[in-house]
Amino acid sequence: MNEMKHTISVLVENHAGVLSRISGLFSRRGFNIDSLAVGVTDDPEISRITIIVSGDEHTVEQVEKQLNKLVEVIKVKTLKKGEKLERQLVLIKLSVPLEKRSEILTIADITGASVIDISQTTMTLLLADTYPNVLRFEEITKPYGVLEEVRTGTIAIQKGAETMTFKK
Amino acid sequence: MAEKIKVCKAMVECLQAEGIKVVFGYPGAAICPFYDELYNSNIKSVLVRHEANGGHAANGYARITGKPAVCIATSGPGATNLLTAIATAYADSVPIVCITGQVNSEQIGSDAFQEADITGSAAPFIKHTYLVKDGLQIGRIFKEAFYLAGSGRPGPVLIDVPMDVQNQMIEFSYPKSAEIRSYKPTSRGNALQVKRVIKEIKEARKPLLCVGGGVFLSNAQKEVRDLARRFDLPVVTTMMGISVFESDDERFFGMLGMHGCKTANRAVSECDVLLLVGARVGDRAISNPSFVEKNTRIIHIDIDPAEIGKNIKADIPLVGDVKTVVLQILKDAPEMSHAGWIGEIKEFDKQPKFKKPEKGRVNPKEFISRLSDVMGENTHVVADVGQNQIWTATYYKIKKGRFLTSGGMGTMGYAVPAAIGAKLADKKSEVLAVCGDGSFQMSFMELATAVQHGVDIKVIVMKNNYLGMVREVQDKAYGGRLIAVSLEGSPDFIRLAEAYGIKGVRVSDEESMDNAFELIKQSGPCVIECAVDDFESTL
Repeated sequence: MNEMKHTISVLVENHAGVLSRISGLFSRRGFNIDSLAVGVTDDPEISRITIIVSGDEHTVEQVEKQLNKLVEVIKVKTLKKGEKLERQLVLIKLSVPLEKRSEILTIADITGASVIDISQTTMTLLLADTYPNVLRFEEITKPYGVLEEVRTGTIAIQKGAETMTFKK
Repeated sequence: MAEKIKVCKAMVECLQAEGIKVVFGYPGAAICPFYDELYNSNIKSVLVRHEANGGHAANGYARITGKPAVCIATSGPGATNLLTAIATAYADSVPIVCITGQVNSEQIGSDAFQEADITGSAAPFIKHTYLVKDGLQIGRIFKEAFYLAGSGRPGPVLIDVPMDVQNQMIEFSYPKSAEIRSYKPTSRGNALQVKRVIKEIKEARKPLLCVGGGVFLSNAQKEVRDLARRFDLPVVTTMMGISVFESDDERFFGMLGMHGCKTANRAVSECDVLLLVGARVGDRAISNPSFVEKNTRIIHIDIDPAEIGKNIKADIPLVGDVKTVVLQILKDAPEMSHAGWIGEIKEFDKQPKFKKPEKGRVNPKEFISRLSDVMGENTHVVADVGQNQIWTATYYKIKKGRFLTSGGMGTMGYAVPAAIGAKLADKKSEVLAVCGDGSFQMSFMELATAVQHGVDIKVIVMKNNYLGMVREVQDKAYGGRLIAVSLEGSPDFIRLAEAYGIKGVRVSDEESMDNAFELIKQSGPCVIECAVDDFESTL
């Protein structure tokens, strides 16, 4: 079958328990979540969840429909390729002796990462970029000795004037 | 300023405002405040003997009235016992509102005595749940719960109320309507699609109508029958759609599927357009959807968009409420005739021949068929799960009454409690519960409920001394290695009935069959045990 990654944006009521209903739905229906990110929107009553799902067209159609059946789900939209902007955020703590600091600063400069913390032996870098760029960044920093890495799920928004909001 | 009342009193007022006359339940400490307020009300409280059966009784009640019915359980084990009934109602889209007690708010999460996360446990198979944290929300929550349970694609909804919230003092008024911005079920069908449906059927040579349980949920029996008449369509049914058409309707050809009749299945494989109405194409109804997709144009009418295209691809999807959509279709549709095609199906329709049973036993299929001859035309029939269910679905000649069963979940033990609910909902009609000796033993404790509340149900137990359907599977697929299917050790069901103070008759031949039919005509609950060949087959 045509297994592909799909980006689904979901507007939900900002209630306790909504996230567990959504994640429960995925496990119950056998859908695979690659990543999930959630945060409140400009309207404090509404949260937006971005889910990356693997599957064929039929699976994605079912994911959309089943999500729509949850009472607290306000809106569901699959963001199409070429019409969306996606970002992940990664924090990497590297083991960096004094003499290597400038190398790391160069890497940060080129990749667009920023140094958010520094100590005698470590540097912590932040990068907010697309998934492939985050992977590349990991590759480049790996040789310096990664002590710790934290990544968020992907969040996405539509290009141009298109929006996904709920008007009361 | 309005006078303050306890939340538990407000809960009773909510039920009264929703027109609830009967509740089925089982009390416990955490739901005592609410029960104490029911004491003061005119709502009839039926004590069941197991919480799951309270859920099934509400299920039977709701299906007969077409409105949400209520069941109640206490926290912890009371609530978890309800889960099977919730899953059963969810699978068949039956509107029940479950009210459970919960431990005090401050104890939630502490593994207190009789604490269970019931809203979390029920989540995968329930339409919606509420854990009431603030008593001031009680009116809105009840209004929403009843609205959600009964509207769109109906289903179970649960309200979990901690004990301290039940005792909270609030100013209360019941809202007139529910406004849920994220819940707007579609009832009217898309006009363009409606036109395409008419065109498709007009151009079809061998169209076939398949009705499902959605027809009842939409209360569209009359409209769907009108549709069959106007278009002159032959009709088959899923198990959930049995009794939309009377068995002797000239266009009706029985139940399709794994346990359906050959005529119906042949009609499905030979038709060129299949019109699915309120049927979700479950795997027991159509086991080879890809074959049907390839050879047939499919029109699918359902209120739940997620059901369209889930199990079978639809050429013409049409989302909407069955009644509304069928009326839209009938509005501009011409009369049609498919006499030739109906004649073809009639050709492969054969009258059943009943095999002669062993001495001292009766043929259950023949018994069911003859039973339907003696029952009144409004009789409701509740079939349990297993061979008894298929025998009843196939051989009971239904007239104006309903056929009820646990179709989606296949929950054994459904029949007796659901029959109690059905009878309380429609006291004028006779109600039969047909069980097997396996399923009857899952809920015969409810005979006490029937006796206690004077609920006049007639229970038929098909006794073949085995879990017959599983026994059949072990015979066919596991080389006859029968394990854990013998029901040896079962009680004498006639004496069991007598122990409950009701009458029983054992049917083992022609004469005792007549005795049974006589007993059934008398008032009061009774048990009829039907001695069936040990190895009688399902089909």
